[in-house]
Amino acid sequence: MTPERRRRRATAERLPWPAGVLAALAVAVFALPFIGLLWRVPWSRLGHVVTEATVRDALALSLRTSLLSTSITVVLGVPLAWALARIDFPGRRLVRALATLSMVLPPVVGGVALFASFGRRGLFGQLLADWFGIRIPFTTGAVVFAQTFVAMPFLVLTVEAALRQFDHRMADAARTLGAGRWTVFSRVTLPAIRPALIAGAVLAWARALGEFGATITFAGNLPGSTQTMPLAVYLALERDPEEALLISLVLIGISLTVLLGLRDRWLGEPPAVDR
Amino acid sequence: MRIPTLTIPLVAGTLALTGCGSPDDGSSGILVAAAASLTDAFTDIGEAFAAERPDIAVTFSFAASSTLATQILEGAPADVLAAADTVTMGRLVAAGATRDDPAVFARNRLTIAVAVGNPLGITELDDLADPGPVLVMCAPEAPCGRYATTVFAGAGIEPLPDSLEENPRAVLTKVALGEADVGIVYATDVIAAGDSVDEVAIPDAMNVLADYPIALTADGPNPAGAAAFVEFVRGATGQAILERHGFTTP
Repeated sequence: MTPERRRRRATAERLPWPAGVLAALAVAVFALPFIGLLWRVPWSRLGHVVTEATVRDALALSLRTSLLSTSITVVLGVPLAWALARIDFPGRRLVRALATLSMVLPPVVGGVALFASFGRRGLFGQLLADWFGIRIPFTTGAVVFAQTFVAMPFLVLTVEAALRQFDHRMADAARTLGAGRWTVFSRVTLPAIRPALIAGAVLAWARALGEFGATITFAGNLPGSTQTMPLAVYLALERDPEEALLISLVLIGISLTVLLGLRDRWLGEPPAVDR
Repeated sequence: MRIPTLTIPLVAGTLALTGCGSPDDGSSGILVAAAASLTDAFTDIGEAFAAERPDIAVTFSFAASSTLATQILEGAPADVLAAADTVTMGRLVAAGATRDDPAVFARNRLTIAVAVGNPLGITELDDLADPGPVLVMCAPEAPCGRYATTVFAGAGIEPLPDSLEENPRAVLTKVALGEADVGIVYATDVIAAGDSVDEVAIPDAMNVLADYPIALTADGPNPAGAAAFVEFVRGATGQAILERHGFTTP
């Protein structure tokens, strides 16, 4: 950033001091626990823990499943957000409430709900088993299922809000110029909401990566196939709290790297535009 | 994002709020930290103790033994720890966090939990070796998982578990919900579960007995009251209640 630009921004926006104090408090609320964690971590054992087979397996599984569930979330969630923002269909408010529900559900209850619906004795799980011989609980698929279930609202709500703010006269203009619905969506609407789409996907991914309660209930805990990083941390806490801290640190480090990288590249200031 | 490690100070703080800051004369309250598998038995013992010593109010904190040990090492003001295994109690002893030598006050044995009516006809440990039944047991990190591993090794069986749970109650839940065919849990868990599961006993010759140690904590605010409670647990009334809940007494 050039000195000239920095000055321009500083004069453009100045935080009143009470807001500054409150913002600093907000930073303290989420920064202090991490500082405490870093202070407690037995750094000398880090190399040893990172190379442990169970940790490597859990990390690989966490990355694989969280990326897969984020993709599913985007593929299914964007059309849902579009419908919620733009289409006036009956029951829209109910659908929006449903889409938010898994955010407030205690995660362990979410796991029981998944059992009741897609478990072996579940309402729909029984049919899956009888018709296709598919069993979801205690499989990697169950991990992805649970993650998608809890992460979807973050994407849907973020993208829906952006679609509501989007100036639809632009889409209308494109349509009068002869563009089809799909072309308008993919060439006009989607680029306009890109920052929100990426923010929503990142939130959903972070939620999926940290997902614990529904996973340990619905998918169980088996190293290699359903033991994700949060589960490995929880189990390590039983045996060796220091190791649990180190495993969490790996998870935090990876999340932080991705979040920092993504935010700068995709969500930073838009490329220099004449204003 | 949920990181369980960060909740410990918070839980310890909650314990600090619920624990009673009391003078060192045995009267007023004590806080007893007890393994989750003791929930039902200790609740009953607490009632019996209240009848005998109304001057000492007992508050319980039930959780996984390892969680309780961590909380006490982080400064939770518990007066007594009753753990489900000697390894966890050993962590406290090694840290100098106990006032006296731990004493074994109860023993628990493992058992096979199956769906009501035992639809798969499980009769012995060997039936669990087949890849057929959906088997859920405790993770090797948890005491019940360590014991189960010992039992399977002794029987020469390589189990193929579908999930390794953090505690026996989670194992039992999955059997009771019908998602797992078989679970390895403590005998006391099956009794606590009532009619929701059936039991197939493991013969004593193949089984292990899990020792439950109890000790006063070094920094407990009410050692006199705590000693009275421990004595009651190890006395005739306490032992009878433990037996009623499926424990073996030493």
